[in-house]
Amino acid sequence: MAVTGIILVLFLVAHMLGNLKVFAGASSFDHYAHWLREIGKPLLPGVWFLWIMRAALLVSVVAHIWAATTLALRARAARPVQYAHRKKIQGSYAARTMRWGGVIILLFVIYHLLDLTTGTLNPVGDPSRPYANVVADFAPSRWYVTLFYTLAVVSVGFHLRHGVFSALRSLGQQTPQGERRAKNVALAVAVLLCAGYLVVPFAVLTGLVS
Amino acid sequence: MNLTLRIWRQKGPEDKGRMVTYQVDDVSPDMSFLEMLDVLNERLILAGEEPVAFDHDCREGICGMCGLMINGNAHGPQRGTTACQLHMRQFKDGDTIDIEPWRARAFPVIKDLVVNRNAFDKIIAAGGFITAPTGSAPEAHSVPVAKGNADAAFESAACIGCGACVAACPNGSGMLFTAAKVTQLSLLPQGQPERYTRVIGMVDAHDEAGFGGCTNAGECTVVCPKGIPLNTIGRLNRDYLAATAKRGDNTPGS
Amino acid sequence: MDLYTEGDPIADTRAPDGPIETRWERRRFEAKLVNPANRRKMTVIVVGTGLAGGSAAATLAEQGYQVKSYCYQDSPRRAHSIAAQGGINAAKNYRNDGDSVHRLFYDTVKGGDFRSRESNVHRLAEVSVNIIDQCVAQGVPFAREYGGLLDTRSFGGAQVQRTFYARGQTGQQLLLGAYQALERQIGLGNVEMNARHEMLELIIVDGKARGIVVRDLVTGEITTEFADAVVLASGGYGNVFYLSTNAKGCNVTATWRAHRKGAYFANPCYTQIHPTCIPVSGDHQSKLTLMSESLRNDGRVWVPKAKGDNRKPKDIPEDERDYYLERIYPSFGNLVPRDIASRAAKNVCDEGRGVGPGGLGVYLDFADAITRLGRKAIEAKYGNLFEMYERITGEDPYEVPMRIYPAVHYTMGGLWVDYDLQSTIPGLFVIGEANFSDHGANRLGASALMQGLADGYFVLPNTVANYLAAGPFEKVEASHPAAVEARRDVEDRIQRLLAVNGDRTVDSFHRELGQIMWEHCGIERSEAGLRKAIDEIRALRAEFWQRVRIIGDADGLNQSLEKAGRVADFFELAELMCIDALHREESCGGHFRAEHQTPDGEAQRDDERFAYVAAWEYGAEQPVLHKEDLKFEYVHPTQRSYK
Repeated sequence: MAVTGIILVLFLVAHMLGNLKVFAGASSFDHYAHWLREIGKPLLPGVWFLWIMRAALLVSVVAHIWAATTLALRARAARPVQYAHRKKIQGSYAARTMRWGGVIILLFVIYHLLDLTTGTLNPVGDPSRPYANVVADFAPSRWYVTLFYTLAVVSVGFHLRHGVFSALRSLGQQTPQGERRAKNVALAVAVLLCAGYLVVPFAVLTGLVS
Repeated sequence: MNLTLRIWRQKGPEDKGRMVTYQVDDVSPDMSFLEMLDVLNERLILAGEEPVAFDHDCREGICGMCGLMINGNAHGPQRGTTACQLHMRQFKDGDTIDIEPWRARAFPVIKDLVVNRNAFDKIIAAGGFITAPTGSAPEAHSVPVAKGNADAAFESAACIGCGACVAACPNGSGMLFTAAKVTQLSLLPQGQPERYTRVIGMVDAHDEAGFGGCTNAGECTVVCPKGIPLNTIGRLNRDYLAATAKRGDNTPGS
Repeated sequence: MDLYTEGDPIADTRAPDGPIETRWERRRFEAKLVNPANRRKMTVIVVGTGLAGGSAAATLAEQGYQVKSYCYQDSPRRAHSIAAQGGINAAKNYRNDGDSVHRLFYDTVKGGDFRSRESNVHRLAEVSVNIIDQCVAQGVPFAREYGGLLDTRSFGGAQVQRTFYARGQTGQQLLLGAYQALERQIGLGNVEMNARHEMLELIIVDGKARGIVVRDLVTGEITTEFADAVVLASGGYGNVFYLSTNAKGCNVTATWRAHRKGAYFANPCYTQIHPTCIPVSGDHQSKLTLMSESLRNDGRVWVPKAKGDNRKPKDIPEDERDYYLERIYPSFGNLVPRDIASRAAKNVCDEGRGVGPGGLGVYLDFADAITRLGRKAIEAKYGNLFEMYERITGEDPYEVPMRIYPAVHYTMGGLWVDYDLQSTIPGLFVIGEANFSDHGANRLGASALMQGLADGYFVLPNTVANYLAAGPFEKVEASHPAAVEARRDVEDRIQRLLAVNGDRTVDSFHRELGQIMWEHCGIERSEAGLRKAIDEIRALRAEFWQRVRIIGDADGLNQSLEKAGRVADFFELAELMCIDALHREESCGGHFRAEHQTPDGEAQRDDERFAYVAAWEYGAEQPVLHKEDLKFEYVHPTQRSYK
């Protein structure tokens, strides 16, 4: 979980930095999108690098989900009879929403790929004009898309809030001071990524980017 | 005060079990929770009904024998307190209190609120010790131990093996119990020779017993009557990673 | 006397004579050995998994014997040794403060009020140093100094700092060390562990202890188990008082059943009453909680000078308070030994000056210490104890003085054993609190842990070999008449208990028995009181067998049935305790007879008539007294004085 999680977090960081290019204008953003397809050239033929990255991400996602499912199944098997009196969460709220949060994020990722990668669900849907796709996506009239996007990003935030801490713990963080540090790092990563991702749609919504 | 109790009644391991409601009147706030159950049991016996079976022994919070899920809280609402040291002044007149046994596959119910925690003993038997046969010990002062390490080892060694961590864990994991012992022994110089075989043996025994995996949710440390810190699990993880990295033909436990 | 008959004297024939420092070494040399190949063929049963039983089972298994271990709790880790707070004594002299094996020996004999055996006590002091080494090697996290070396403190009024400790949880840490050693042997297959099993009878074949009858508390199944030797490490019998600091399950059944089969019971009336326990809060009280004796290092004990003074403690001015320990015992003050502090508390409460509900309590006040050292320092020293006090009483001891009252804590008496820890039944060994051997009439603080581990780790594993050298003995089958009979006795008794089907609960009988014992055989005893108690116990016991009500059957977990069997044995023991207390017409240690005190109210020993161990043989009609004379060659009896 920890290793695949960290790979995915690194991807999220890169993806967010790319997204922020949207503020540099349409041509810059589109240029960045095209460049993504050409990394590695001329060592590798075009889009190969992209597909290698995609494959690595896919493997990470699958491994991450597989590990999560294994843990969830083990947890279910470990408590065959449930408590009649369910208690409220006393530890961390984020920790207790990892599984449902993960499912929401997965659904979002599928939608997100169909929307902005293949363009299937996008009103513009032109792979060569990503900037236009983004602007069309978050147009005020399509407020529900922005809402769904926001919910998903907040889920990601919660997921990271516990996930980053948990990953550090799984990799052997072991002192009380380290625990405080790990929790702060997790919170910072969660907040920064949330902010970085949310600023784009809200910029479109408010007309800052058009 | 007068209370309504809803208690899990289960005749034996094969019985399905159910919550049964009882009224207990004239409860004194100075009673301990278990004394309140004693009063109920006395009345049940005189009324010809089977008393509620529950585990308890020292009644001073150290033997780890008692363990009740009280309103969904392992050992009840007061932090750092075992059920036997919980007093009725924590409740109000007219309260309804749900009392259930620990629930985990590794802790099967024997009767009513009594569960079998033998799995914990098996985890200890799989490595939770330092091999030092009687008579073979060197002079106690031959190996100094830094005070900080000794104190931290003590903090982990305070675990009473009650099982509240498992009961509260959303995954039904016994990792805090396992990690407490691993941490104690790996902080001491005497524990170094078996450090890596110990962690592998104990984690394997933990998994084999049917406990769930740890997701660092942290519910365990909240209910732990001895406040065993969650970072013990980090220490276990680190030792476990190091141990699996070197796991080879020469590593016992592999 | 009309209550018992006197039999022949008894003697401990195992202890070598000669210089006391050489006796243990000589005994070990003279004892026969068992060769390692033969050990595997021999089985030893160990009942109880506390410090004594746990350490003995682990050590015997390490030596190569097959061990079968039994405890009534759900895990061997829960034995009541775990609750010991203060520490463990050892003559390491790490402080360079004049301690030595001889001084620990001297203090223990004197502290026991000259009613223990010199040879045994000296051996205890000798092995005390090995215990600390052993426990450190096992990873017991003792308190340490900044230099990384072990910290020690002075305890229970000792003038040297010889007590090793692990915060207020020394018993827990030592027990877990022994438990882990035991679990290791269980994992290796050398010990067969039977948790939730209770020994209900001893099986004697051809005059030797060869097995036990146990009940599986979960399934109710009764089985006979056999071995070449049986070791009882089943603890003390303080629960005869119903309210005590013992765990709820502590009981006398294992030792009492052995007593009925021929093992002598020694000095049953020696009971230690601990002065600092949390007072009873009402009729519902099910047990008493000890507050560590270390609190008396900084707390001052007082009561109001006037009778029935109901003012809040803070409203009572200094000059209307009676710091009675400091007044009566100026040199030891609040640190007088346990028996003296307990009796003084009882006296002031009897005068009507007690505080709290029912007037059964005295104040233990930290106000001065908090002013002197600051709240922080007190928190660091006693924080966990203060928290525990507040949890139980709902009062904040930083603001309001603690209320304390004496409670039954430890029983020095137990099955009679010789120097090899063997009882009067060959092959039956008794260790730890279950035997009587080392503490005389009063146990010093931090000595119980020492004795339990000394017996289990170092003494028994050496002495049992001398007996087993004659083995392996002929195998006993479950069909052997002695085994069949023992088993039938157990089954009959259970059926008799279930068949009464009366109208009173077991606990109500136990509580009433406890009241009788506390009233008449507690801190202070008198002839009239003891005779009254014996009559009352007999009447209550008869009533028990006519009116007790147990719901359910014997085919599964039945906690009322377990309790009933234990209480039935407590009745018989209680009577013997009173007879022993009645016959001992002197005051010594934990046994204080009102008729035998000095003019200023201190215990008056009678060495002329009573310098002996009273070993009682079971008799269907009357117990038979056998006296073992005590000789003091190294420590000459003096009257204890703490003034």
